[in-house]
Amino acid sequence: MSNAAGFPLLSLILFTPLVGVVLLLLTDRRQEDRIRWIANATAGAGFLVSLPLWFWYDTQDAGWQFVERLAWIPSIGAEYFLGVDGFSALLILLTTLMGVIGVLSSWTAITVRVKEYYVFLLALQTGMLGAFMALDFLLFFLFWEVMLVPMYFLIGIWGSDNRLYSAIKFFLFTLVGSVVMLLGILAVYFYNHSVTGVYTFDVTQFHQLNIPDGLQWWIFLAFFLGFAVKVPMFPFHTWLPDAHTDAPTAGSVILAAVLLKMGTYGFIRFSLPIVPEATAAFVPLVVGLSIIGIIYGALVAMAQKDWKRLVAYSSVSHMGMVMLGMFALTPVGITGSIVQQLNHGISTGALFLIVGIVYERRHTREIAEYGGLSKVMPVYATIFLVMTMSSIGLPTLNGFIGEVLILQGIFVVSKFWAFVAASGIVLGAAYMLWLYQRTMFGNVTNPKNEGLPDLSMREIWTFVPLLVLAVWIGLYPKPFLDRLETSVDNVMARVSSDYTPRLAAAGAQAGQREVPSGTAGAQAPVRGGTR
Amino acid sequence: MDLIWLIPVLPGIGAALNGLVGVRYFDKRTAAYVACGTMAASLLLSLVAFAQLLGLPGDERFHQVTVAEWIPPIPLETAGGIGSFEVPWAFTLDPLSGMMILVVTGIGLLIHVYSVAYMDHEPRPAYARFFCYLNLFCFFMLLLVLGSTFLVMFVGWEGVGLCSYLLIGFWYHKQSASDAGKKAFIVNRIGDWGFILGIFLVFFTFGTLDFHAVAELAAEMPVEAAGMGVLSLICLLLFVGAIGKSAQIPLYVWLPDAMEGPTPVSALIHAATMVTAGVYMVGRNAVLFSHAPMVMEIVAIIGLATAIMAATIGLVQTDIKRVLAYSTVSQLGYMFLATGVGAFAAGAFHLMTHAFFKALLFLGSGSVIHAMNEEQDMRRMGGLKQYMPVTYATMGIGALAIAGVPLLSGFFSKDEILYRTFLHNRLFWMLAVVAAGMTAFYMFRLIFMTFYQEYRGPAWEGGHGDHGEHHEDDGGDHAWHGPHESPRLMTVPLIVLAVGAVLAGYVGVPAALGGSNAIEHFLEPSFVAHAGEGAHGEAAHLSHLAELGLMAISVLIAGLGIFLAYRNYIQRPETADEWAERYAGPHRVLTNKYYVDELYDATFVRGTMVGARGLWGFDGGVVDGAVNGTGWTTVASSRISHVLDKHVVDGLVNLVGWVCQEGSYGFRRVQTGLIQNYAFATLVGVFAFVTWFLVGR
Amino acid sequence: MLEITPLHYTALSAALFIIGVIGVLVRRNIIIIFMSIELILNAVNINLVALSSQLQNLVGQVFVVFVIAVAAAEAAVGLGIIIAFYRNKETVNIDEMSLMRW
Repeated sequence: MSNAAGFPLLSLILFTPLVGVVLLLLTDRRQEDRIRWIANATAGAGFLVSLPLWFWYDTQDAGWQFVERLAWIPSIGAEYFLGVDGFSALLILLTTLMGVIGVLSSWTAITVRVKEYYVFLLALQTGMLGAFMALDFLLFFLFWEVMLVPMYFLIGIWGSDNRLYSAIKFFLFTLVGSVVMLLGILAVYFYNHSVTGVYTFDVTQFHQLNIPDGLQWWIFLAFFLGFAVKVPMFPFHTWLPDAHTDAPTAGSVILAAVLLKMGTYGFIRFSLPIVPEATAAFVPLVVGLSIIGIIYGALVAMAQKDWKRLVAYSSVSHMGMVMLGMFALTPVGITGSIVQQLNHGISTGALFLIVGIVYERRHTREIAEYGGLSKVMPVYATIFLVMTMSSIGLPTLNGFIGEVLILQGIFVVSKFWAFVAASGIVLGAAYMLWLYQRTMFGNVTNPKNEGLPDLSMREIWTFVPLLVLAVWIGLYPKPFLDRLETSVDNVMARVSSDYTPRLAAAGAQAGQREVPSGTAGAQAPVRGGTR
Repeated sequence: MDLIWLIPVLPGIGAALNGLVGVRYFDKRTAAYVACGTMAASLLLSLVAFAQLLGLPGDERFHQVTVAEWIPPIPLETAGGIGSFEVPWAFTLDPLSGMMILVVTGIGLLIHVYSVAYMDHEPRPAYARFFCYLNLFCFFMLLLVLGSTFLVMFVGWEGVGLCSYLLIGFWYHKQSASDAGKKAFIVNRIGDWGFILGIFLVFFTFGTLDFHAVAELAAEMPVEAAGMGVLSLICLLLFVGAIGKSAQIPLYVWLPDAMEGPTPVSALIHAATMVTAGVYMVGRNAVLFSHAPMVMEIVAIIGLATAIMAATIGLVQTDIKRVLAYSTVSQLGYMFLATGVGAFAAGAFHLMTHAFFKALLFLGSGSVIHAMNEEQDMRRMGGLKQYMPVTYATMGIGALAIAGVPLLSGFFSKDEILYRTFLHNRLFWMLAVVAAGMTAFYMFRLIFMTFYQEYRGPAWEGGHGDHGEHHEDDGGDHAWHGPHESPRLMTVPLIVLAVGAVLAGYVGVPAALGGSNAIEHFLEPSFVAHAGEGAHGEAAHLSHLAELGLMAISVLIAGLGIFLAYRNYIQRPETADEWAERYAGPHRVLTNKYYVDELYDATFVRGTMVGARGLWGFDGGVVDGAVNGTGWTTVASSRISHVLDKHVVDGLVNLVGWVCQEGSYGFRRVQTGLIQNYAFATLVGVFAFVTWFLVGR
Repeated sequence: MLEITPLHYTALSAALFIIGVIGVLVRRNIIIIFMSIELILNAVNINLVALSSQLQNLVGQVFVVFVIAVAAAEAAVGLGIIIAFYRNKETVNIDEMSLMRW
């Protein structure tokens, strides 16, 4: 473990949005522009303070970085324990970036209860960041639940037609999953106590456990329910189209780009390393559901008449791909899965922004209402084209890297699975291009579309970072993949013995791999004299 | 030669310039200069690189440049233990890719120049957009050609598909154009599905994606003559990709529709370069394919079937571009036939000559369409020979070349294919010769219907000979002054290509005609794993005399085709209609392209849509139904609990309260508030108690 | 001379007690009732003193002193209440004092 800066970077990142919340609460609700400025400034600051995670991250160090550790509830052994590896560092960066984009995109879209809206958005930001940083399982669970509430209100208050139904569905679905997950957490907690005699929620400690098979299965299933709902995997996906469709644009963007990653993050961080044998045993189930999800999501997307719902179902398909790569349980597959998580955040986030822009102008999401938009909104059409291509995995854009790694990763495990999953890519092209044709091509048939203004400067700037990332990951993904190497190796060391020779070799090279728990604890910087 | 990575990157820069800045700020002239300039620079680099390549001795003509890491190494299991999945941005220059970059940059530049005039009446942003796409296409195509690993080639492969999609749908306001673009992309994706799976299998089998390394490893493996092994599966999957890209049966349906795009696009993408990528890919993996003879047989059969089927459809089409499109499909079939019988060099040779004469024919047809004010139906043309002599002459040369008339390029390349096919299988040869005859017929039918007979097009104002220079104006509403020769920017590329169509064949004059078949020897190193190893198909040989005999037969057949066209469309133009009536059934089948589109539409497209709608219903009804059912059940049971709670549980509580309350009504009357009553009661109580105490005991 | 025996004391005490109780029960004037209560207390006091002397136990007399002290305090508080009540109601009739009724 290391703390490169010797300075509580993660806490700073975590609490920056909360500072914004406090400032907003102190602001008069009628000064809407001032509220918007404060929110944007906070989100921007949040992104800026997270940038050191990119620059100071040490790709050679296999341990946790930027660790902070303080007592929290000593009586049950819960700690305020934060730390990141390459995987969570990238997700944190994605979160802060999406936060900026989400807040910026809401400037004109939100006109009622502006103050509350930004308060919820920023609070949500803190919840998500905390979940990605927490290395204490209880702390993770806390943040996991904290995220729900602001999202519930964002959908329920600022959503469209069916918002209450969707908000409640979203809330209940996730809650059911997380309650079962809590049982799993407690099972690990008590098992750990029975073995080591210490009450702790320390995830790094859990990563060392060898839980007996029967218990592993139950724990896996408990985690699975919690995370699979969030991913969402078929058949737990039905909250997603409703929630996405009815959420305000920024809500959809953050939901797609970050919240869904909670589930996959949970799988990689908790399910795989804590219960490796059960994970291996459940591969056929999870892979089967993932492949169904890929094909099913794509086909259902094809039948949609609602633009946003189509993107939502495409999300189901893409997340199936992410799960597929992860459960290939090969380094390439897991790397691909993580890259695809970032890609999904970038491209689907952008697609929701794209829908949001015309929704703001026309207040309808019916595909049939549009057509020929590339004539009136050429810049918009170009961005949409790039993002469509990114979404369907065109080489030189980001989606391709993820898909190719995932499919190659799964191919060496089972050719049949790879064959079926690859056909999802064909379907992906079909529904996205059809959508593009129906909305962008042809003549402007609907007179209401004739005077639509093209993107404003602010709207263009919400897309620029996403476009840059899409091309960057597509052409030169090395910096991203380098950051993932140690994370993936750590997970692989737990789930498969096939790859250990290579890992050991890599360890010798890096000098310090597989830090045993004892020394790990000792190396953790003691802050505040509380350990 | 270390700068070969610049060859694709230059057009890429052009595309970026035109796309990011040009659409908004460049005037037409600047956009054109940027596009043509980058292409010219790229051509120059290619020429230099090629010259350097030629300067090397025959077996050292292989140069690989790694520009950067793309996907850094990640461990992965392969058939031979734990390998490392790694893909660099690497480019290879060898004879095959050397030839291809010359074709792509050379013809690409000519078509860029041609487009400058052809697209002149487009509004300014669309003009820049067009050149952006065209440059982008060249970028991806060169990436495809130069890429030294499967995955880099796949990047180019999908990229050209994207550009094809964009350029076919360039006039996106036309429903048919955007439909065609979408169709092309999706059908190509089906092919890509096979290609990418093939790539995965390659990695799994060999642990590397580098073409050269794969070829060397594959060469060590036994030839899978008896059954389908892993090499055969790889080749089959790769060939699925080639089928999609090169429009072979059953995935050829997108190419004729792709003619919705602007004509220069059809010439560049859908005739000269992109569609030949499949052939190029098979050639690149010649070692793999030659180890899978059964797949080679499949390749040959599909190539042959496509050649014949497309040729028959071509016989009756009336749209000038569609005739050429089917001809392209047919010629691609020839190339696959060549590769299928093991004549990789012949296939590549035909690829090159075809690039010249088919680009020429397309550009010529573009010139005609331009002259006829966007008319594409040959039945409304005729007699154009006198109005546009240059176009007529150059297209005539192209038609002669494709028909296989001796001494033109098509003759040498096609004859090489036929010869090698004959060695392989006589039946294939016969069918191929028939297809060649049909090619000659429909090409000359096109020439005769367009340039001969009397003029059948619409009338125009101002009479004949009024060749206004209206192409130079800025695309405003120009009146049509009748058919006219195209401006020089368009005719010069035509002439250059015509020269190419005549001369390109002389690099491969067969030994039977006293040549040395230079191109075959030049390309040979690309098709074998180790330079110097002999070609596999050289076992059988015919005497030069027999070879000449075969040539004579194919020339004769071609002549017959031309003669029939002459008789039907010049001598007795009514014969064509008579034949159409006499064979109404077959004619209808052919004009409707064997109803393949309808079949696909009824099965795959509709099937997918029905499946999609069904699943959507399933999603709403069953999956979401289960969720909502759970919700409903919860709500219903809560209602029941509510009723229970209200009337039973709460009822009991209320009963207790009620009893207390009612009871208290009686007792409260005792509460008079008068102290003396209370005192009296106390007294009575004391008396009672004392009495009981005294008496009761 | 008639010896005064404890019986006499007890009889006097009983008589006083009964007079007091009847006074409390039948009179309407609260002052009179108050005085009747004093009678009851004094009846008890007589009893206590008599029996104390009879039994040669001083506790009874001590107790009487306490009772007198308490009675004085009670009288003070009670009269205070009565005056406060009178100020409000302008009556000392106990029948008017039925505020604690249901």
